[in-house]
Amino acid sequence: MNRIDQRFSELKQQGRKALIPYITAGDPAPQYTVGFMHALVDAGADVIELGVPFSDPMADGPVIQKACERALKQGTRLVDLMQMVKEFRQTDTTTPVVLMGYLNPIERIGYENFADQAASVGVDGVLIVDMPPEEADEIGPLLKSRDLAAIFLVAPTTSNERAATICAHGEGYLYYVSLKGVTGAATLNAEDVAEHLAPLRGMTDLPLCVGFGIRDGVTAAEVAKVADGVIVGSALVNRIAESLDAPETIAGQLKSVLAEMRTAMDA
Amino acid sequence: MNKPMDLSSSLPDANGLFGSFGGRFVAETLMPLILELQDEYTIAKSDPEFQRQLAYFQGDYVGRPSPLYFAERLTEHFGGASIYLKREELNHTGAHKINNCIGQVLLAKQMGKKRIIAETGAGMHGVATATVAARFGLPCVIYMGATDIERQQPNVFRMKLLGAEVIPVTSGTGTLKDAMNEALRDWVTNVDDTFYIIGTVAGPHPYPAMVRDFQAVIGHETRAQMLEKKGRLPDSLVACIGGGSNALGLFHPFLNDLDVKMIGVEAGGKGVKSGLHAASLNGGTPGVLHGNRTYLLQNEDGQIIDAHSISAGLDYPGIGPEHAWLHEQGRVEYVSATDDEALEAFQVCCQQEGIIPALETAHALAEVAKRAPTLPREHLMVVNLSGRGDKDMMSVAHHLGEKFGVKQL
Repeated sequence: MNRIDQRFSELKQQGRKALIPYITAGDPAPQYTVGFMHALVDAGADVIELGVPFSDPMADGPVIQKACERALKQGTRLVDLMQMVKEFRQTDTTTPVVLMGYLNPIERIGYENFADQAASVGVDGVLIVDMPPEEADEIGPLLKSRDLAAIFLVAPTTSNERAATICAHGEGYLYYVSLKGVTGAATLNAEDVAEHLAPLRGMTDLPLCVGFGIRDGVTAAEVAKVADGVIVGSALVNRIAESLDAPETIAGQLKSVLAEMRTAMDA
Repeated sequence: MNKPMDLSSSLPDANGLFGSFGGRFVAETLMPLILELQDEYTIAKSDPEFQRQLAYFQGDYVGRPSPLYFAERLTEHFGGASIYLKREELNHTGAHKINNCIGQVLLAKQMGKKRIIAETGAGMHGVATATVAARFGLPCVIYMGATDIERQQPNVFRMKLLGAEVIPVTSGTGTLKDAMNEALRDWVTNVDDTFYIIGTVAGPHPYPAMVRDFQAVIGHETRAQMLEKKGRLPDSLVACIGGGSNALGLFHPFLNDLDVKMIGVEAGGKGVKSGLHAASLNGGTPGVLHGNRTYLLQNEDGQIIDAHSISAGLDYPGIGPEHAWLHEQGRVEYVSATDDEALEAFQVCCQQEGIIPALETAHALAEVAKRAPTLPREHLMVVNLSGRGDKDMMSVAHHLGEKFGVKQL
C-alpha cells in the first residue's frame, strides 16, 4: 500500500486530521532541507510536500516565488531533490513525501526517468500545479505503474462536472485550493470551504485536504473541522525568509509553527 | 513541402494542440475560465453581430485596411526582389497589436467582464490594450517588467494618459515573461470579473488560435491587395517574431499556398551562439511555460533562461506553439537577426523610405537585406511593417546617438 493511503487510513482510525507542511527544497540552501523535513515530522507532520523550485512559479505568490529564487540561486536541481528524499528515507520510512511543482523541470528530464527516480528514492506522490487532468494522459500511467499517487487540485472555480472528472483521475488525496488567488495571498473562510467540500464528498472517497490561506493554529483548527487534512506552505516559508541570516534557527522555528497547528487541530 | 495538408484551418485540435505543441497547462483555478473563454470565442466566431462590430472597429477606429506599399527605394537599394511593406505601423496606436485587442475587448464585453488586464514588453500591446479599455470604458491594469519600464518610458506615459494603471514587475528578470507571470497571478485572484487580453499567439488554448484569428486580417488583406496590384500571390513573406502574432497574422491565410515562402525572423541578440538572444526556435528546446508547450530558452534543468534583445518586444524566452509546429513541419523557415543587423536595417528603412520602423520590425528588414539582393525583380516579397519606431527613440539614441551628434534623449 502506498504510504499516503496507509497514513490516511491510520488517521481515520485515530479520528485525527492530516497536517501537511510544504517547504521548497533547497531553500535557503540544499544542505538544510532534509533536517527541515525531520523537524516537520517531529512537530506532527503527517505528509510532507516538498516543492520543486521553478524559475516561473505562476500559481504561487511572492513568498514561494522568492523561495524558488533562493533555492535556484543555490543551484538546487531536481536530481538533488531525489537525493534529499533518499537521505530522508534512511531514517524515516513511514512519512509520505509528495513532490510539488511545475511541469517543465519534470518534462526536461523526461517523464519516465522522473517516475523511475522518484519511485526508487521513496517519493509517494506527485502534484504538478500546471498540469490539469486533461494534460496528464502521458505521465499518468507512468506514475501509476510505479505506485506514485497523482494528486490533483480542485478550485473554487471548478464546476461539479469537472470536479467529478478530477476525482476520477486523482489519487492519494484531493488538494482543495481554498481561495481564488495565489499561495500566501489571503486568509480563507472556513464556512465557504465547507460549502465547497460538501459536493466533493459525494464524488470520491479520497481524503479532502485544504491548502492556501492557512496561517496559524486557529485557521488550521477551523479547516480541520471540515476537511481531512490541512496544508500549510507560505506560513512556514515566511519563517525561512525571515531568518536567512540565522539559518541554524530555522528548523526550530518551523517546528514551533507546525506544533502550534498540530495542537490546535488535535484539541 | 510536398505533402498536401490543410495547414490553415484544421488546427489546433479540440484540446488546443498543434501536433505536440500548445495545450492548456494551467492551474485548476484558471482551467474553468479558459474553457469558458473557448466556448464564448467559438460562439463569437460565427456570430454575425460580433463579426459586424469587429469589422466596424477595425475600419473606423483602427483605420484598416492598412496599405500594401511598394517600397521602390528599398527595392532599388537592395537591387533584387520587389519589396512590399504591409503598413501595420499606420494602424491606430502604431502597430499590429490593436487588431487583436479590439477583438478581445469585444469578447470581454460580450462575456460581461468588468476589468481588463494585460502584460506588455515593449509597451505596444499595453498601449493598444489601454486604448481599447478606454474606448469601452473598462478599468485597465497593465503589468510591465521594471527593466522594460526603464527602456520604454514613452509607452509607459501613453498607457497612463489612457487611464491604465501600470504595475512594475520586479520579480525574476523584470521583463515580459515576468510580466506575464504577474498577469496570470492577477487573473487567478480576480477570476470573476477580469478579462486577460494576452498580446501574442501564446498562452493556454484558446489564446494562440484566437489571437491568430484576430491578426489574420493582415494576411487576408495582403492577399487581396497583392492580387489586385499584381494579379498573383506574393512569392515570399517576411516577419519578425517575439511571441509571433504579427508573423502568424500575415502567414496564416497563405499556409496552404505552398508556393508562398515564409520566413520568420527571431531576435538573435548578440548572436545565437553567444547565448544572449531571444531565438527560441533557433536556440531553444521544447518545454512547458505560460500554459502551453512550445520551444523555450531553458537550461538543462528546465529553468527558464533570460532572453536578450535590443528590442523589448522580442525579449521573450518562448514562442507561440503554432510556430513551433510550423517549424517542425518545415512550412516556415525560421532565421534570426542580431541587434547590430537590426540597427543597420532600421537606418536603411528610415533613410530610403522615410519610415521609422519599430526595432522589432527592423529584425524582419534585416532578413530582407540578406535575402532580397539574391532574388530577381519579379520576386514579390512582402514584409510585415508591424510597428513604428517612435517608442524606440531612446534605445536607438543610446546606440546611435553619437553618430548623429545627439546625446541621450
